[in-house]
Parts: sequence; C-alpha cells; structure tokens
Amino acid sequence: MPVYETAGSPPIWRRRNRNQALAHWAMWLTGTAIFVYCWMQISGATTWFFVWDAPRIAGDIWDRATPPRWEYITQLGRPIWDTLNIATLGTIIALCFAVPVAFLAARNTTPSRYIVRPIALLIIVSTRSINSLIWALLLIAIIGPGVFAGVVAIAIRSIGFCAKLLYEAIEEIDETQVEAITATGASRWQVMAYGIVPQILPAFAGIAVFRWDINIRESTVLGLVGAGGIGLQLNASLNVLAWPQVSLILLVILAAVVISEWVSAKVRGAII
Amino acid sequence: MSTSSLHTHRELDDMLGTRWRKPKLVKQTWLRWVLWIGLVTYLIAAVLTIPVDWSRVYEGLDRGWQFVLAFMTPDFVTRAADIRDGMLESIIMTIAASVVGIAISIPIGLGAARNIAPLPVYMICRGIVAVSRALQEIIVAILLVAIFGFGPLAGFLTLSFATIGFLSKLLAEDIESMDRVQAEAIRSSGASWMQWINYGVQPQVMPRLIGLSMYRLDINFRESAILGLVGAGGIGATLNTAFDRYEYDTAAAILIIIIVIVMGLEYLSGLIRARVQ
Repeated sequence: MPVYETAGSPPIWRRRNRNQALAHWAMWLTGTAIFVYCWMQISGATTWFFVWDAPRIAGDIWDRATPPRWEYITQLGRPIWDTLNIATLGTIIALCFAVPVAFLAARNTTPSRYIVRPIALLIIVSTRSINSLIWALLLIAIIGPGVFAGVVAIAIRSIGFCAKLLYEAIEEIDETQVEAITATGASRWQVMAYGIVPQILPAFAGIAVFRWDINIRESTVLGLVGAGGIGLQLNASLNVLAWPQVSLILLVILAAVVISEWVSAKVRGAII
Repeated sequence: MSTSSLHTHRELDDMLGTRWRKPKLVKQTWLRWVLWIGLVTYLIAAVLTIPVDWSRVYEGLDRGWQFVLAFMTPDFVTRAADIRDGMLESIIMTIAASVVGIAISIPIGLGAARNIAPLPVYMICRGIVAVSRALQEIIVAILLVAIFGFGPLAGFLTLSFATIGFLSKLLAEDIESMDRVQAEAIRSSGASWMQWINYGVQPQVMPRLIGLSMYRLDINFRESAILGLVGAGGIGATLNTAFDRYEYDTAAAILIIIIVIVMGLEYLSGLIRARVQ
C-alpha cells in the first residue's frame, strides 16, 4: 500500500506510490502542453475582432430569424418526402450489401480467413471512416446532383456501420445451435438459414432501425452539397440570407430528428 | 385415456406426416399481408419519385472508374502543402475540441445522473444533453461560422458542443448503473462531496469514460473532415476544392490519409481500452 513515510509520525495513506505519481504527473504535463499548443494554433488562425463582436451578431441573426416564416412550410412537403426516401432507401440498399459483407467478415462464417476476411474488413473500415457528406460530394461529381446521389451516399456510408455491428453479432452466436442443425445433415446454406439467421435476427432489426434513425439525421443535411432533400432548401435560404426560412427549416429538421428517434426507440423496445 | 389428453395431442397428430414449415414472423395472416402491401406501395412510390437521369449516370460511370483508378495512384505530392496544412488543422481542432468537450461533459454528466444530482440540476443538464444531441454538427457549424467568422475556432466550438451531448449522456448512464455500495462506503467514512466523487464514483466509471473519450476522439476527427465544407476549418475545404477541380488523385490521397488515421485511432483505442479494463 503506498504511504508517506515521515520520521516521528505514523505513515499516511496515499493513492499512488512515487513512481506512479511521477508518471501520472508527466502524462498530465504532456497532455496540457499538447492542448496549449493546439489552442495557440487555433487562436492564431482566428480573427478575434469577429469573436468579440459575436454576441451582437448572434443577437442580430436571432432578430432576423424570428419569427419563422410559417407559410414557407407549404413548399417543404416534397423536400421532406425526398429526405425520408433518401434515408429509407439508403438503409435498405445498405443492408442488402452489409449482410453478405458481415458474413464474410465474421470469424466463424468467413470462407477464408486470410484472403476474404481482410477484404471484407477493409470495405467496412473504408466505408465507415468517410462521412456521408464526403461520399455525397464524390457521387455528385460522378453521377450528378440530385436525390439519387444522396441515396447512394447514405447507402455506402451505412454499409460499414451495419456490417460491423452485424458481424460482431454473428461472432457472438451460440455455436451449439449451429452444431445441432449441422448434426441433422443440413447443407451449408441450411445451417445459415436455420442455425445462424434466427439468432441474429433481433440484432439485425435493431441495427436496421438504429441506422435508419441516424440516416434521417444525415439525409437532412446532404442537400448542403446538392444531394437532394431538405438540405437543398436550407442551403438556398442561407445563400439568400432568408433567415426566417432558415429558422423554419431548422425547426422542421429538429422535429424530424425527434420523431425518428422516438420511432426507432419504440421499434427497438418492441423487438428486444 | 381421458378425452382431454386426446384433445391436447390432436394438434401434434394432425401435423404428423406433414412437412414442417417455418413459423412466420408475424402471426396474423391479415397483418402480414397489410405490412407487405404497405412496404411494396411505399417502395414503389419512393422509387417513382426519385428522378434518375440514367444517361448522366452512364456518363458518370467513366468518371467513377477514373476515381477508382485514382485510388490506385493517389497523388500526395502536387498539393502536399495544402494537404499537410489542412490535415494539421483538422488534428488540432480534433484534439482541442475533444479535451474541452470532455472537460465540460464530466460535470454535465455528473449533473445528468439521477442518483447523484438533485432534480433541478438533473433537468438542466438533461436539457443541455438533449439540445446538443438534436442539432447536427454541420448545422451547428453553419450557425457558428455565421457568428464567429470563418476559421478553425468555429469548428473547434462545434466539435466541443457535439462532444458534450454524446459523452455526458453515456457517462450519466454509466453513473446511474454504478454499484451504490462502494459509493456509500466512501460516504460513511466521512468523505466530503468532492472526495466522495473522486474515490467512490470515479474509479467505477473511469474505464468506460476513457473508452468513450477515445471513441469520441475518433468521431471528432471524422467529423472535422467535413466541417471545412461550410468554412469551419480543417481538411474539408481542401477536399472540396479537389472534388470541384476533378483532381481525383489528390482527393483519393486525402481520403486514404483519413482512412489510415481513423484505423490508427481505432487500433490505439483498442490498446488503451484493453489496458484500462
């Protein structure tokens, strides 16, 4: 037990011994130094006059943005429908690809551990580490702006996410059930259908709804780069500084996020 | 044999000799049909309302192929200075925002845990968490750029704000599910409130807090790559320019760097998590 030893008085308990305390202290010092350096860089790249002026600007924007222009909602029906479609179709397409990728990536179902599995893992990490907005940028350059680019962007971004969660679920299945099905003389596909699929079905449904919820959020902003949905209207309103429209669109997006989170929580509660 | 036992075996006897059929996911036949028809109707409606210019897509396939080729031959050199500056700015924003975000989200996380905080504090902290979670990074970034001007400060503030919602919520949930006995033992030794938190609560939630912080660092880095699209600093601006100028090899180089850094962070967080648990 680490203690302070002082002559003449009983030892006093302390949390760490000397070396641990020193290491701890050095860690904090390095961390603080890195943070201070980062902060200096940010500070150097900032026009501080604008920052001191910020409260006035914020108040000004607030004055311009309130009250929201409620009549504008009549023009938002189609963008909201597009946003919903981008999220839903994107999720469905992503799941179609994520399921095979997950089976190829899971240790217990992959056909080859040294060739196929690393490729599947590479697909997962590369689709997952790039944001859907960047995928949208890329797809707009390739297939032109519009809702379709948004659907594909969301789909690609979601493959990695869904496949990762799904292959972790596959790796955690109960092997005894698989053995039982195998013992009846089932083929490889039958083992898959009756031994593995029933075990991961709840996880699959949970992942699908969870990702759909995230996709609704992401598809609301895809329009900022031209990939359809309500973000297009947001971008257009921002460009002409129509702040009352911006505030209305933000309210609609907020409502969509809250509703989709509520739906996803309900559905997941019902499944699990 | 009694009639009732005959009756109970009736179903089994009927099924004897017939083929086994997989039980259906939805029991009621009509509900199953309604769900299927609803799904198909929605899909048809959704697909019909998406305008797809197939000739444009066909033309684009060529460009898409060029991009795939660019991934094979990424160009790190031509715009090396831009890439380096943008990357550095992204990393700086990520680190600073993670530190500040984590530092702020610890008190808010404590406040949002029902078993520690009094009700008024709990309501306020939960409110902050809800607001931060409902607003997406890119929208917050647009507003902050409008208020604070272009540059990494807006990105830094955005990421800090987003970190608070994520980390406070998960930290609060972890504190709520902690073991009360340890905390009570510390309190009964006459500890002050700070000592109680430091010795009774902190050791229980620390491993998870470190894991979540690493995960958030990873997310912050990925998000910092897009903040530049709206002028909030980082690699996003360079990436956007590269796409706009159809410099796919440079764009591919940037994307590869992002992927490698994310993979490295994931590996690092795996190591750290294995150590603290």
